Amino acid sequence: MSSPFSINGGAAVAMVGKDCVAIACDLRLGLQSLTVSNNYPKIFPYGDVYLGLTGLATDISTVSDLLRYKVNMYRLREERAISPQTLANLVSSSLYERRFGPYFVSPVIAGLNHKDGKPFICGFDSIGCIDFAKDFIVSGTASDQLFGMCEGLWEPDLGPDELFETISQALLSAVDRDALSGWGAHVYIIEKDKVTKRLLKGRQD
Amino acid sequence: MGGFDFSNHSRNAALHAQGFPLPTATSTGTTIVGCLFDGGVVIAADTRATSGPIVADKNCEKLHFITPQIWCAGAGTAADTEFTTSLISSNLELHSLSTGRQPRVVTCMTMLKQHLFRYQGHIGAYLVVAGCDPTGAHLFTVHAHGSTDKLPYVTMGSGSLAAMSVFETAWKGNMTRQGAVDLCSEAIKAGIFNDLGSGSNVDVCIITPEKATLLRNHITPNEREKKMRDYRFKKGTTAVLNQKIITRADISKYVTVHELDDGTPVAAEKMDVDT
Repeated sequence: MSSPFSINGGAAVAMVGKDCVAIACDLRLGLQSLTVSNNYPKIFPYGDVYLGLTGLATDISTVSDLLRYKVNMYRLREERAISPQTLANLVSSSLYERRFGPYFVSPVIAGLNHKDGKPFICGFDSIGCIDFAKDFIVSGTASDQLFGMCEGLWEPDLGPDELFETISQALLSAVDRDALSGWGAHVYIIEKDKVTKRLLKGRQD
Repeated sequence: MGGFDFSNHSRNAALHAQGFPLPTATSTGTTIVGCLFDGGVVIAADTRATSGPIVADKNCEKLHFITPQIWCAGAGTAADTEFTTSLISSNLELHSLSTGRQPRVVTCMTMLKQHLFRYQGHIGAYLVVAGCDPTGAHLFTVHAHGSTDKLPYVTMGSGSLAAMSVFETAWKGNMTRQGAVDLCSEAIKAGIFNDLGSGSNVDVCIITPEKATLLRNHITPNEREKKMRDYRFKKGTTAVLNQKIITRADISKYVTVHELDDGTPVAAEKMDVDT
């Protein structure tokens, strides 16, 4: 039988550009081969840091809600917004707490550091091991395809517009070769003073 | 660590009983080594992290800080090596604050083995512990089930056989600092090139009674050749159905953050420290 990670399907990817970062996800929610929804976004904003979650849909909503609670508590206690690095450590320790009964999710974080504006992305396994990458992070049922696409298309110092085209094409090509992902996509381009959210036209099969 | 939360365990066990496989955690397939020399100790590691057959991270850090004079190389489940070493690092700092002494390497090794033995091997951390303290330079291995070894040269991880073959061929007693660094690097390189679970670069940490020196990416024998041409797409390649721009000015309508930057330092209580 399939793994809990591939019951609902889905894909997410984050990339670093020049003074910007991008994060994108597909929109499918399925039950094995039956598609239930073509509007199930997997990217969640926490202030100006963005978290992508793929895996088991029940755990995606549990983890995103739990982190919303934790990030809100952080903001109230500290009287400041959470930085991407801090959110990464929060996600990591929250997942490792459940080392022997994990959530079936593969999170991805993208954001700009508040102090120096440096791009930050990272990914996690389901028990909270952080993967700090300088280029890109992939997750979900299309992760093998995404690895191939990103390794081929990504290059250093892409501007916001170029980064949008690169991450979009990487995601669209990857999910077209994954039966469990696709049905449209959301792409966020995060810059110093604005965030652009785009809905992509993707195949509906 | 306030202990683990097992509340998902019964659900996941029921799922597993229905035939769903367990998740694959990121593992540091790994070659890690350590070697004593005259006046100190060296540890080294490769930088590949794997998830099944996929290379998850091409340049991860497997040399973990414990105290300024004790460092640890980790193999096995990546999350376990990361969290176990940081837990013991915190506890050793508290221990040294309370005793007013520099932490010893045996203390670190004992804390690690007692922690790992308590979890009966379920915490999959395989570690090489090295450091200098008032009793000298020390080198240990700690296995996930809690057993330990004390040897002049050690290897661990999936590349341990490749690395040990280098040590068994070239190791001599009374090594110099440079000799030990070179021998450890060669052993890691044997793992990088002959073990599929290990790859990319060589990280080295040299610990002497005076100081510890971390040589991140000491040797980079696997640099990717720069792409001769690129796949940049022209603006407007991707079909967009809808677009929304959220500016920082818009966000600040709902949330405002004020920096405390009037030059006066924020008043804080001074901490009492045992002398």
